[in-house]
Amino acid sequence: MSFKCKTLAASIVLALAAPLSAQAADSAELAQIREQIKQMKESYEIRIQSLEKRLQQAESTAGSALDKAGKADEKAVHAAAAPAAMPSTSASAFNPEVSLILSGTYANLSQDPVNYRIGGFLPNGGEIGPGQRGFSLGESELVVAANIDPYLRGQFTLAVTPEDTVAVEEAFVQSLGLGSGFTLKAGRFYSGVGYLNEQHAHTWDFVDAPLAYQAFFGGQFKDDGVQLKWLAPTDIFVELGGEVGRGSSFPASDHAKNGFGSATLFAHLGGDVGASHSWRAGLSLLRTSPQGRAYDDVDSTGAGVTNSFSGDSRLEIADLVWKWSPDGNPVYTNFKLQGEYFRRHEDGDLTYDVNTANITDRYASAQSGWYLQGVYQFMPRWRVGLRRDQLDGGSVDYASNNAALGQAAYNPSKNSLMFDYSPSEFSRFRLQFAQDKSRPEATDNQMFLQYQMSLGAHGAHKY
Amino acid sequence: MKLAKPMKWLASGLLASLSAPAFAALNILACEPEWGALAQELGGDKVSVYTATNALQDPHRVEAKPSLMARARGADMLACTGAELEVGWLPILLRQTGNPKIQPGQPGYFEAAHYVRMLEIPVRLDRAEGDVHPGGNPHIQTDPRNIALVADALAKRLAEIDAANAEYYRQRHIQFAARWKTAIANWEKLAAPLKGIPVVVQHKGFPYLENWLGLKQVAALEPKPGVEPSTAYLSGMLGQLQRQPAKMVIRAAYNDARASEWLTERAKVPAVALPFTVGGSERAKDLFGLFDDTVQRLLDALK
Repeated sequence: MSFKCKTLAASIVLALAAPLSAQAADSAELAQIREQIKQMKESYEIRIQSLEKRLQQAESTAGSALDKAGKADEKAVHAAAAPAAMPSTSASAFNPEVSLILSGTYANLSQDPVNYRIGGFLPNGGEIGPGQRGFSLGESELVVAANIDPYLRGQFTLAVTPEDTVAVEEAFVQSLGLGSGFTLKAGRFYSGVGYLNEQHAHTWDFVDAPLAYQAFFGGQFKDDGVQLKWLAPTDIFVELGGEVGRGSSFPASDHAKNGFGSATLFAHLGGDVGASHSWRAGLSLLRTSPQGRAYDDVDSTGAGVTNSFSGDSRLEIADLVWKWSPDGNPVYTNFKLQGEYFRRHEDGDLTYDVNTANITDRYASAQSGWYLQGVYQFMPRWRVGLRRDQLDGGSVDYASNNAALGQAAYNPSKNSLMFDYSPSEFSRFRLQFAQDKSRPEATDNQMFLQYQMSLGAHGAHKY
Repeated sequence: MKLAKPMKWLASGLLASLSAPAFAALNILACEPEWGALAQELGGDKVSVYTATNALQDPHRVEAKPSLMARARGADMLACTGAELEVGWLPILLRQTGNPKIQPGQPGYFEAAHYVRMLEIPVRLDRAEGDVHPGGNPHIQTDPRNIALVADALAKRLAEIDAANAEYYRQRHIQFAARWKTAIANWEKLAAPLKGIPVVVQHKGFPYLENWLGLKQVAALEPKPGVEPSTAYLSGMLGQLQRQPAKMVIRAAYNDARASEWLTERAKVPAVALPFTVGGSERAKDLFGLFDDTVQRLLDALK
């Protein structure tokens, strides 16, 4: 290269000098030099052109290869695809979306959580109460999801508890584009009843679930079964749905027979009011027929007993969520008001102390509860929230077992105040204070510090 | 039977809305106002466009609201940016509505970002870099040449979905393309003084505009997409701006004014709020108004 450059430079100098010595120079020699320069010029031009062409090709190949990544869904780009760039990604290109939720809590509780109970409500064996004192890891959730084929999508959520047990939280397949507004889901999933029920714990606005969820569902209601939903072809949002399932969790009891052990029906209505407001309201029914739903309790003598209920359980829920943000842009400030009302009737037979006394008689209860919460983002990343929980012990009749199990009527309640800070869409730190009057005998003053992190695929969140 | 009356109302309402689509035009759900406006330009009275977001909303941060679910249910076609701009809400709409016409891969699923050359494709995909988009910067609508490219593709797609009106769409596209070409030439002529002008951006949302007009971005108020600046970063930036002054600080209509006003105060750099999309300002009533106003506001700040 350097030699050629020197020759070129020399020829240019020569060429420039040439006119000065034109008379002296032999015209034939001059013509020769000119010819040489011309040839050199042409050869360089050709080489530059070919280099430019190669550079352009490389650029466009790289460009379309990058464009291709993650855009395999449209035909249009197929023609422009650079096949050379594909093999490197083909082995992993169909890997599902993976995301991981990490959370942890520090809790300061004035009452020992071992004694936690919701006074006046049957213990349900669910994940209730404020959790452990001190530092504790929350549930780590691994979510793997992907379209299975053009017709179905699958999602798997694995929850690893701090006690190192692993649970399949959700595992379902869902139809894609069934048409006419229908969606079918099968597997294990959170039921569509209520508002908060379908939402995973990491999307909640408070550390814990509302008292009503804890008392009536033992946390959240999920089941193994099928769900059918239908969205009406209207401009206002009208959604109807129903589920039948095994009845594997409270308020059902595992249904080891053909048929189903739980059934739900729900209707949702929603829309916008101007650009700044949006809302959704719903009514839900959950009907189960628990058979031998066993639970541990303490009787009037203070002895630990195991009781069992068989009969009918009917739960009705009304829910409303209202969201506001200026011009519909929630980035700077926004407000969310959310409330749900629960009412449950249970009728059937209750066996007191199945292991020794074993006395069976009628049992009937009518109980209710609600919560109302408001969460206000007063500046980007910072939110404050207030929640009021109230349960109504209502009427509980144990018939002849009243002497052994009957309790004074009690209406548990709880007030919670939370602040949270989200450095980004994927991380959140929360401070929560609560005054928990779940126990008739004492008020539990609670303080929580919590972090929640979301790693991996950008999950879209439900309304 | 107290329920009878409301039930009748509900039933007649449902029936009315069920029968409506039979006479209606092609229902298009546009994710952003620019694609809604473009679909209207090309589709004329053969289409009925519903725009999911307005110019004052950050399209990253919209929710899968009930109203959007209802609209997605009845849509014949989606017109969206793609490149993961709508990743936080569109997948929910697609999954929950079960509308087969608008699922990815169907003709009714239109992503504008496929038809333009993407800029700022990240070399490092790591959330430590902020809210980066693997496909490149999704704010492609700030370059009118991109609008022209998307118009070509969208017109073809409309003709494919609604073959009966293919010729109508083709004619409207020819007219639009010609008007647009003239308009671009005019904007470029007007905007000539903007070439090489150093600017500060509030959010990294303008690479296509900068690329088109030759604006030179010297700093961004957001160090990384979606990441709030630290005071150290801002004071560093002020120092940098003293050495290398910028002529203006630009932001989108949906951005909070405070950050750019802070810079205006400290560094005496005029703040410019650009409409960013159709509806982002009084003048940006349609796509033509959008660029008339964008160019005008930039020129005004230069004076």
